[in-house]
Amino acid sequence: MESQPDLTLPPGTALNPQQPLPQRQVRPWGTWATSALFVGPLLTVLLVFLIIPAFAVLVGAFRTDGVEGAPAGFTLQHLRDLAQPQYLAGLKNSVLLSLGSALLGTVVGGLLAYAVLGEGGPLWLRNPLIAFSGVAANFAGVPLALAFVAALGTTGLITRLLSAVGLNLYQHGFSLFTFSGLIVVYTYFQIPLMVVLITPAIDGLRREWREAAENLGASAWQFWRHVGLPILTPALLASLVLLFGNAFSAYATAYALTSGSIPLLPLQIGAVLSGNVLSDPHLGQALALLVIAVMTLTIGLYTWLERLGSRWRQ
Amino acid sequence: MRANPLTRAGRGVWIGAVALYFFLPLLALAVYSFWAGGNRYDLSAYAQILKDPNFRQTFGLSLTLAAETIVISLLLVIPAAFWVNLRAPGLRGLLNLLSVLSFVVPPIVLVGGLTSLFRGPEWFVGTPQFLLAGYVVLALPYTYRTLDTGLRALDLQTLSEAAQSLGAGWGTLLWRVILPNVTSAVLGAALLTLAIVLGEFTFANVLLFNTFAVYINNVGQTQGTPAAALSIISLAITWSAMLGLLRFGKGRVALGGAK
Repeated sequence: MESQPDLTLPPGTALNPQQPLPQRQVRPWGTWATSALFVGPLLTVLLVFLIIPAFAVLVGAFRTDGVEGAPAGFTLQHLRDLAQPQYLAGLKNSVLLSLGSALLGTVVGGLLAYAVLGEGGPLWLRNPLIAFSGVAANFAGVPLALAFVAALGTTGLITRLLSAVGLNLYQHGFSLFTFSGLIVVYTYFQIPLMVVLITPAIDGLRREWREAAENLGASAWQFWRHVGLPILTPALLASLVLLFGNAFSAYATAYALTSGSIPLLPLQIGAVLSGNVLSDPHLGQALALLVIAVMTLTIGLYTWLERLGSRWRQ
Repeated sequence: MRANPLTRAGRGVWIGAVALYFFLPLLALAVYSFWAGGNRYDLSAYAQILKDPNFRQTFGLSLTLAAETIVISLLLVIPAAFWVNLRAPGLRGLLNLLSVLSFVVPPIVLVGGLTSLFRGPEWFVGTPQFLLAGYVVLALPYTYRTLDTGLRALDLQTLSEAAQSLGAGWGTLLWRVILPNVTSAVLGAALLTLAIVLGEFTFANVLLFNTFAVYINNVGQTQGTPAAALSIISLAITWSAMLGLLRFGKGRVALGGAK
């Protein structure tokens, strides 16, 4: 890859990033001005297109525009409007969908990661699983929705195969375009994300712990009950929380699959923003504020649990 | 605790079951894209797509946006990541915090902020290039993380001192010394950004711009097999970009903002 191999350093010369870099000045640069030159453009773009817009949402949720003679000013009305039944339903559905798909993703993804990456797992599958998970965790949106329509839609491949052997999914309460279908589809990008998130924790399970437990006469069940699971618990909970946030803010998949027929918070925000429903744009900002609040809670919990769990991985 | 045949079989069955869940929808999508009514299977859906001028237009638009996003985010991130690694490790915390912020403010929220903040001028908000504001922010955590990893592996102090004592300025140092040493990270970041922008739906759909993902969704409302064919094309591009990234980036795909 390197076009100038003479400048490429051999491995092992890399600086330890944990150690502070030696503070030697080659020339007396105006450090402050140079810093601004190198990092300034990036920070400016983030300020203008991320921080100020986020701030605009926060403020907008409490603002009222002066229309028809009414004075412009601050109000709590939009937050009170969130208590309308359709928005409560949207919040409830979003929470249930995120929780359901996060739980499924944590259990299935965690067991999959352990089956492949844990002690005694098939070595040849290790790298393909990690590679596939990295890709599939990002495979969401319209193509994913269409793939599931082709597989589990009313005339989908699997639907027809199953009804050929006498199991009609759609007569047993399943429909791809309802809540149960959304859970099945969301789990598709939750499982790989779980594998990506839990891999360090599973790699951190030391063989010595199991051997020590075995030498002391512990059964496999006792090992997991008293050693393995307690060690993994913070990492598992941290992943669960992050998976929750991952599903909570997802828009494209649900939009492509249901076209908004199931009330979900991100779809309701989208409908207000694109003008598909007649409502105050400030109400959209109040809904967005709700999402920001949930995501902040999510990332806070995740950071705390991650820190707890990483104590074992020194 | 020893791997007895029973646990090994259980392990195999479990992995197989999950693999089925992952591959059956893709298989169904591929089969459906070849379906031509009745029991006939051919490439007619693909032929129909390639003839559609909207395909060329929307695909071209998404590719253009991807290229622009790649150039802008690299221009922003390479100097910043270089400086943070060489001289200002104190800024690393700030940049990590900003990555987390892009997780807290997901696209559906950010697009709301952008629309309320920028209502004009028309040449900015009225063209698809308005999407770049969101796409650059969306791609930044991925680009930053990939380049930061690449730069950490270099002895920047020695490289900078050597270049500067030979008379190189900052520009020469970045362009002729640092960049050639992180080409794989740059390529990885570019591939990841390409995959993100080609598949991006939220911004474009809310702002009513007809990008590739929006076009696939519109086709899917009325015609099944062409939409399936489009999805296969989209997936093939995204997956080869991501697999290319795994080759160049040595397995470092992580979620933006979260890790």
